[in-house]
Amino acid sequence: MTTLGKTAGALFWMFRYLERSENLARLTEAGLRMSLTRGDTAVQEWRSVLTTVGLAQAYEETGLAYEPAQVVNFLLRGRNQGGSVLSMIEKARDNARLARTAITREVWEATNECFITTRDTMARPLREADMPQALGMIRQHSALVRGALHGTMLRNDIYNFARLGTFVERADNTARIMDVKYYLLLPSLSHVGSTLDTNQWDMLLRSLSAQRSYRWLNPNETKAIDIARFLIFDGRFPRSILFCALKISENLKWLGFDYGEERPVHTQAVKLAKDLQSISVEQIFERGLHEFLQDFMASNAAIAWQIEKDYRFTE
Amino acid sequence: MGMDKIFFDEMVDEGGQPRPSFSGYCDWLAEQEPAKLLKKAYEAEDLFRKTGITFAVYGQEEAEERLIPFDIVPRIIAGAEWAKLSRGIEQRVRAMNAFLHDIYHRQEIVRAGRLPEHMVSANSAFLDRMIGFTPPGGVYSHIVGVDLVRTGPNEFYALEDNARTPSGVSYMLENRETMMRMFPELFTQMKVREVSDYPKRLRRSLSACAPPACKGDPVVAVLTPGIYNSAYFEHAFLADQMGAELVEGHDLRIVDGRVAMRTTQGYQPIDVLYRRLDDDYLDPLSFLPDSALGVPGIMDIYLAGGITIANAPGTGIVDDKAIYSYVPDIVRFYTGEEPLLQNVPTWRCSEPDSLKYVLEHLAELVVKEVHGSGGYGMLVGPVASKRELTDFAAKLKRSPAKYIAQPTLALSTVPILTKKGLAPRHVDLRPFVLVSPERIDITPGGLTRVALKKGSLVVNSSQGGGTKDSWVLED
Repeated sequence: MTTLGKTAGALFWMFRYLERSENLARLTEAGLRMSLTRGDTAVQEWRSVLTTVGLAQAYEETGLAYEPAQVVNFLLRGRNQGGSVLSMIEKARDNARLARTAITREVWEATNECFITTRDTMARPLREADMPQALGMIRQHSALVRGALHGTMLRNDIYNFARLGTFVERADNTARIMDVKYYLLLPSLSHVGSTLDTNQWDMLLRSLSAQRSYRWLNPNETKAIDIARFLIFDGRFPRSILFCALKISENLKWLGFDYGEERPVHTQAVKLAKDLQSISVEQIFERGLHEFLQDFMASNAAIAWQIEKDYRFTE
Repeated sequence: MGMDKIFFDEMVDEGGQPRPSFSGYCDWLAEQEPAKLLKKAYEAEDLFRKTGITFAVYGQEEAEERLIPFDIVPRIIAGAEWAKLSRGIEQRVRAMNAFLHDIYHRQEIVRAGRLPEHMVSANSAFLDRMIGFTPPGGVYSHIVGVDLVRTGPNEFYALEDNARTPSGVSYMLENRETMMRMFPELFTQMKVREVSDYPKRLRRSLSACAPPACKGDPVVAVLTPGIYNSAYFEHAFLADQMGAELVEGHDLRIVDGRVAMRTTQGYQPIDVLYRRLDDDYLDPLSFLPDSALGVPGIMDIYLAGGITIANAPGTGIVDDKAIYSYVPDIVRFYTGEEPLLQNVPTWRCSEPDSLKYVLEHLAELVVKEVHGSGGYGMLVGPVASKRELTDFAAKLKRSPAKYIAQPTLALSTVPILTKKGLAPRHVDLRPFVLVSPERIDITPGGLTRVALKKGSLVVNSSQGGGTKDSWVLED
């Protein structure tokens, strides 16, 4: 069997949207937690969450207050801007329908159910009391789709396209989340003892599902430079930038084996991973963390674009 | 003919005793708790929703994706009944393919005076481009879904011949899957003939009609109008089950004299295209110029032997309800036999005497558009209001040739499960027939459609009908 360009594209985007919706849900959860524990800076926190996902202006234009209930509903079920969790899950499902013949029944049913449950849960605005449960439900359903993928899919080109979508999106999300908070990690601010900073660091780690892993690896002390090193370079952490970059080049390598030829994007991906491995977190700080993250996001986006082109997702 | 007539019930006889085909099921049923059965019905619905077996209804925005209601009481056909029925279907389908070949070649049936010439030449489904061309393997209609209704013991009528792109086969397959999941014990107690190899047979049938340009194993693809089409689920389902590609028009282009699909590794030729798209949309260069769903130039490649299109373009002419009335003659002409399967008596409103009769008896008849399908635009006389009858009479007088009329048939009933227990409802049956050069293959059973409203005779899913699993028993 061959894989249609359209199908590869649908798989790639299906998993991009799933990844993006999961990250947005997690970011919302972290924001919600922050606003519950630190009422005084809540508005600022919500602004930074909205900035991370590129919706700061869209939200400003709605004229809504920066209250948890309003922001969370906007992020989870806002229908008019295509950037909410619900609309991303809907797009993921549309792409799954398009790629229906390439995925197993298990993957399709998990995706379909993820959509049905999310749509039903968000049929009406969520009350604050219902939010934690709704967010947990989204996390659980994303895990079910991922589990079905790993447990039932052949390890062939189709699987590689699904994984490429996941890691391109995840790398972008990790960099984006760090970039909005990069100033918190600067050495000048990382003096010990400030409660604000530790809380902010917690929020950052929580947004990336990294809080447990980080604590497990660094049980005694929290330092900004360690957090940055962990989020960028730790090859054991599945959301670190390096982990994603290596996965991208690994999946492209498998595609190259499968198809018997490599495409221009291989060179780009290998180079990006190599570059990452040849610098240290100290050097990044020296050159500027913000600039580093911006550069990385641009290279990552260029790879995504080249994948679409090399594998003929569209005409 | 009113609504008070006695209908043939397939489950029980006039004395309320189970008929032989249903006796095993009725024994089982007697032991079931009604509340548990109802619960099973909800579970079945949930299964369908999870599987995503949905159906889009035109003109109902809020119901963009809807489930076709499924009833858990099966429709059971005895093996001997089925054997007789399938001989009739086979004869009819064979004759239809012969007819299609003839009207695109010498038109012997017209020369013999058995079919008026204008029925062919003035028919909008007749394609000039097919004249003189024989499709690969000589097969015109690869997949046929003949709609049957029953009025008594061994009394079946063919109501429509869906020879273009019959749909519903995915429901036949999923209904069976669901029943086996819900009631495994029934299938160990009763010998029900298998339907699940339909996709495999479909693939084999299609592959047997590979075009001259095909080298090696035929590459088969299903052409769909896209994910927003009402039957998209079925298109994806069939492609998936057959191991075929699911393509849309924009995945295809002509490369080196072949129709090729854009894969991740470049363009690759397709040998057999099972298209779920009407003729009009197939090729903007030959038919509707603004169709974005088809493939520009595919007709040229087809006529040059570069691809097989199933069903062949131009087969729609046998779906025409005016041609339908000639089918018994068509069967006699090409097979030299008497039709085994009866036609419903049909008045062609284009003929003045018939029109007169139809207008006088409108309240007793069913009137259909010649080119209509899906139950749209039809009049069911006995249940129509006075106003509807007058309006329809006016339409009939304005363009009589657009309509045919048939008596209201006493459609058989099979019970459905309602909150108040079993209740009889009218059903029809669409068996699916696969035609390849060597053989005609009929899947035992087919899709039973059921009118869920009490007394209703309209079973179309677009008009609120449901479906049932259809069992053919091994004798």
